[in-house]
Amino acid sequence: MSDAGVLELKFRDTARAAQLSAALARTVQEIGRAPVSVMHVCGSHEQAIARFGLRTNFPRDLDVIMGPGCPVCITDQPEVDEAVALARQGIRIATYGDMVRVPGSAASLADAQADGARVDVVYSIDQAIALARESDEPFVFFGTGFETTAVATAAAILAGVPPNFSVLSAHKYIPPVMEIVAEMPDSRIEGFVAAGHAATITGWGVFEAFVRRHGIPVVVAGFEPLDILAALARLVELIRDRQATVENMFPRCVTRAGNVVAQRQLWEVFAPIGGRWRGIAHIPNGNLRLRDDWAHVDARRRFSIDLHALWDSAPSLLAQQCVCGDIMSGLKNPSECALFGAECIPDSPVGACMVSSEGTCRIWHEYGIARRSA
Amino acid sequence: MCLGVPGRVIRVEGTMALVDFFGVSRQVRLELVDEPVSPGDYILNHVGYAIRRIPETDIEGTLAMYEQLLREAESDLMAADVQGELRGTRL
Repeated sequence: MSDAGVLELKFRDTARAAQLSAALARTVQEIGRAPVSVMHVCGSHEQAIARFGLRTNFPRDLDVIMGPGCPVCITDQPEVDEAVALARQGIRIATYGDMVRVPGSAASLADAQADGARVDVVYSIDQAIALARESDEPFVFFGTGFETTAVATAAAILAGVPPNFSVLSAHKYIPPVMEIVAEMPDSRIEGFVAAGHAATITGWGVFEAFVRRHGIPVVVAGFEPLDILAALARLVELIRDRQATVENMFPRCVTRAGNVVAQRQLWEVFAPIGGRWRGIAHIPNGNLRLRDDWAHVDARRRFSIDLHALWDSAPSLLAQQCVCGDIMSGLKNPSECALFGAECIPDSPVGACMVSSEGTCRIWHEYGIARRSA
Repeated sequence: MCLGVPGRVIRVEGTMALVDFFGVSRQVRLELVDEPVSPGDYILNHVGYAIRRIPETDIEGTLAMYEQLLREAESDLMAADVQGELRGTRL
């Protein structure tokens, strides 16, 4: 196929795409260092980059790395353990699809399900509430995800949930983890691409303090191939010009203040608290826990969660070789993992990054980005 | 789970809207959207909630990628996530 034909498959405006690709290449060359490394923090961005083969449009010397942008992947083992323990205590659990297969310290919800526990997959908290209303038995929604799903959990709680319904919150908040990744001693990250839909909630203003503190530019990007290309072209310009600012390249969805109505509900229900993100680090203010006013909805306060039984099992030897944490910190890519595509595949994943449709390893495997040389 | 899916509002009843997503009608909750929503408006749905009213001038650019993805089989990872977003809404 001709170059023009390939461009047409990816971009709705091929002339603009060609122009942006050229500008991107020119700016990276002007920076004169290799590689120039930037990080995005969103599984949907990685999906779009991989799905539309955008890396072939990026200059060789530009390294576009996916950071901790997969909410399923960064849910820590002890959080999964809590859900597994509750399920094994006979409490019905509902959660978003990929969470079921994510391993805890020793078991996943799927393992508990195989042993007879009741676990439902839902696509929204609304569906979990509808299931809970069908009976009086205790029902726990294992809530995971970043700002975009946390606001839905908050709104549902504020709208009123049945008395047998509780939330086990593993919700996470993206802005604090960018600080930690930027400060990692081995970090090569010179700029961030922020996720457009999370920023729809928080507003782009949330990144201004980060940019001031770290001197690293942030560009907010949409999810269209053209949006991503435009954001990267702008980001490398800011790097070249040593201009640490926040730029909003997704104005059709993102404003400086963000969705204030959603933010009000988010912070009415949740308070930020420090906690571990799987394989990465303790992230101050990175976790969202239910405020005291909502103790009656908080599974951690309503149930005694007995984790002892899980401590008897150790993670498998394979799981100990998993480098998900380094991948999500931007220090390694999946093809640098010995398990990738061999012992670790979507049908029998070793680590969380191969489980989730938003995990770097799963996306790379799916779209054949890197294959382990046999 | 970060992608969301845009749709066109058909009817608004209190805090619920009936929304057309590329030919599929579903109920979406409105508690989180920060602007008034009326029939004909486009919203971005995320796990069953509208989180943004999409300005009229930007609708075309927003829809193009989804039209392409929704033509794909669910065996495509990204297309499957978009389908998942539709399943998060109410029938």
